[in-house]
Amino acid sequence: MSRLETAENPQKLKRIAIDPVTRVEGHGKVTLLLDDADRIHQVRLHIVEFRGFEIFIEGRPYWEVPVTVQRLCGICPVSHHLAAVKAMDLIAGYGPLPATAEKLRRLMHYGQIVQSHAVHFFHLASPDLLLGFDSEPTRRNIVGVAQDFPEIAKQGVLLRKFGQEVIRHTAGKRIHGTGAIPGGMNKALTPAEREEIRRDVDQMIEWSLGAVHMVASLHRTKPEFYNRFGEFDSSMMGMVGDDGALDFYHGGLRAQAADGSTIFDHVDYSTYEEVLQEEAKSWSYMKFPHIRALGAEKGWYKVGPLARVQVASRLSTPLADIERKKMMALGNGKPVMGTLFYHWARLIEALHACELIRDLLDDPDILGTDLMADKGDRRGEAVGVIEAPRGTLFHHYRVDENDQVTFCNLIVSTTNNNQAMNEAIRSVALQYLDGRKVSEGLLNHIEVAIRAYDPCLSCATHALGQMPLEVDLVDASGDLIHRARRNMGAPT
Amino acid sequence: MSDYETFLLDGRPVRFERGQTILEAALAAGHYIPNLCHHPEFKPHGSCKLCTIKVNGRYGSACTVKAMPGQEVSSDTPELNGNRRVLLQMLFVEGSHFCPGCEKSGNCALQALAYDLEMLTPHYAHFYPSRPLDASHPDVLIDFNRCIMCELCVRASREVDGKNVFALAGRGVASHVVVNSPSGKLADTDFALTDKAAHICPVGAILPKRVGFAVPIGSRTYDVDAISTLAERRATEEA
Ligand code: SF4
Ligand code: FES
Repeated sequence: MSRLETAENPQKLKRIAIDPVTRVEGHGKVTLLLDDADRIHQVRLHIVEFRGFEIFIEGRPYWEVPVTVQRLCGICPVSHHLAAVKAMDLIAGYGPLPATAEKLRRLMHYGQIVQSHAVHFFHLASPDLLLGFDSEPTRRNIVGVAQDFPEIAKQGVLLRKFGQEVIRHTAGKRIHGTGAIPGGMNKALTPAEREEIRRDVDQMIEWSLGAVHMVASLHRTKPEFYNRFGEFDSSMMGMVGDDGALDFYHGGLRAQAADGSTIFDHVDYSTYEEVLQEEAKSWSYMKFPHIRALGAEKGWYKVGPLARVQVASRLSTPLADIERKKMMALGNGKPVMGTLFYHWARLIEALHACELIRDLLDDPDILGTDLMADKGDRRGEAVGVIEAPRGTLFHHYRVDENDQVTFCNLIVSTTNNNQAMNEAIRSVALQYLDGRKVSEGLLNHIEVAIRAYDPCLSCATHALGQMPLEVDLVDASGDLIHRARRNMGAPT
Repeated sequence: MSDYETFLLDGRPVRFERGQTILEAALAAGHYIPNLCHHPEFKPHGSCKLCTIKVNGRYGSACTVKAMPGQEVSSDTPELNGNRRVLLQMLFVEGSHFCPGCEKSGNCALQALAYDLEMLTPHYAHFYPSRPLDASHPDVLIDFNRCIMCELCVRASREVDGKNVFALAGRGVASHVVVNSPSGKLADTDFALTDKAAHICPVGAILPKRVGFAVPIGSRTYDVDAISTLAERRATEEA
């Protein structure tokens, strides 16, 4: 952990806040403490809201949860939908899904990956990368990109739309659909729907490959800058299939140290509490998970595109696997750690997801109509995990004999990345701000580092719009630390 | 002598049989009048007021006013539909009608009416009730946060099932539906999944368990046709 987490004498220092951090999903704030010589003493990414979704879900019937939990966040609802339904498959007592049902869920999920990665790269990140970190701030947005690079902006819009259409045909709606139900899927894919997606997929593969090449060539223009920006060593975690290839939908957990050595592998995710631990810190509502075996100081890790592309032994589709090898070659046998590599890895994943979509559409199983698994004995507790666009997403539930949820714990991707994002901005602050007069362009460097993680701060705080909530934050011994109330006190 | 006589609904003649209410006659003739607490198998209830019409210039409930020859009835007017929207808005804010997370979505009469009458916002401040779920029964779940007090369950249990499982309690704004058992729990009644009352709730308050979202978007009752179109089409098919 960096020494910049907590300054020794904060009262003597001046404070700069970036509030809110822009072009991220949700509300986050960065504070910097500097001395009179502009030397940096403390840097923190804070999550200032807390909206406790877990409490809201308690008491609800389990079959409702995969749909309601999507309201956590409008950015990648499918991820929550699928992580929850994977847990509820088990709670409801269903056995393995028929091939068609699992493939339809995968199709939906890959659509979400393409959609989310396209939004992130083209709308949120490309203004920095294509126009410059300290370019004119009023033009440093998607409108500026559309003016200078119309073709790229168009491809971004259409890739996103393609992902949304895949979701619509599998989930019934572009956002907040209902496709996956405990035990399987509620809707088969029709031949006409398959054709509609299939028609565009080759173009999407070509464009996403083009986007990977564009980032690679940006890197070639300033390799030293791209390699070193926000570079720091960390462990990484992701999900892999039995063969070690990246699997977005199902598999075992694999964690690697900064030198590429294995920390754990093929861990059954239902035992995640044995390998991971969550820790609360007084200055942020977002928890800090770490790998138990390494402890809180050293055990934090990265998740998301850069982590999972590298912890995986390979990618199962040819074009994406070639691109993965090209990117990893820059590490000379070790994982690459520069923060901006996140964008590169993210686009490799978008390419991978497009190729996976094509393969699924060409698989005769995808038009099958056997959508529900056989039912066995109910269970009281289960965990569902998927690789969401932003990284590993855990949903853990207990359900009582009346079918009501009694316990819910979510570790969302952005929470997994909490410490890593803090380390990234500390690294950038030391590299670019330490001892210099702070300017907007320099502060944007900090935001660039955060944006590279594509944090979804709204879902990390379990946002739920204006739902009435009373939230108790309790410490490990069960003592009440904080109670937040909102829109309460109505008649019953 | 013919059994048929007519009244005028929004200027169109509607034939009716003696004894029919204006709502019954209109629906049978394929003319929709918005309604919520009405059910063809039960006696008129007249509580939701969604069916409010003007008969010869005076307000009345279409579900309780008998059809008479020569009546001039107006229903589909900006004024009456505006009133209906207000009623719907009040129903929406009084309960927790959070459609995107509700398994009745697409099959819910309240939601369907809100779409059909173009209710765009809830307008009023939400009450946000927090009534506990009753999940005690093995096969049926109750979420009274979504109850609109049409009393169809009360009526069905009493009149069809012969059980009296549900009752209305409290008065005025505090009135609400309760389960008639010493514990107040559904599990402590003789309620069964096969009861009429288990399948009659027009909203998502009384739900057979473990059905959830089994019907995909696109195949639900009101996915293709609006509630009015559907009622009109059914009438034509029956005729
Ligand atoms: S529970 Fe349903 S059927 Fe019963 S009164 Fe309420 S809305 Fe009507
Ligand atoms: S339908 Fe007439 S008052 Fe409810």
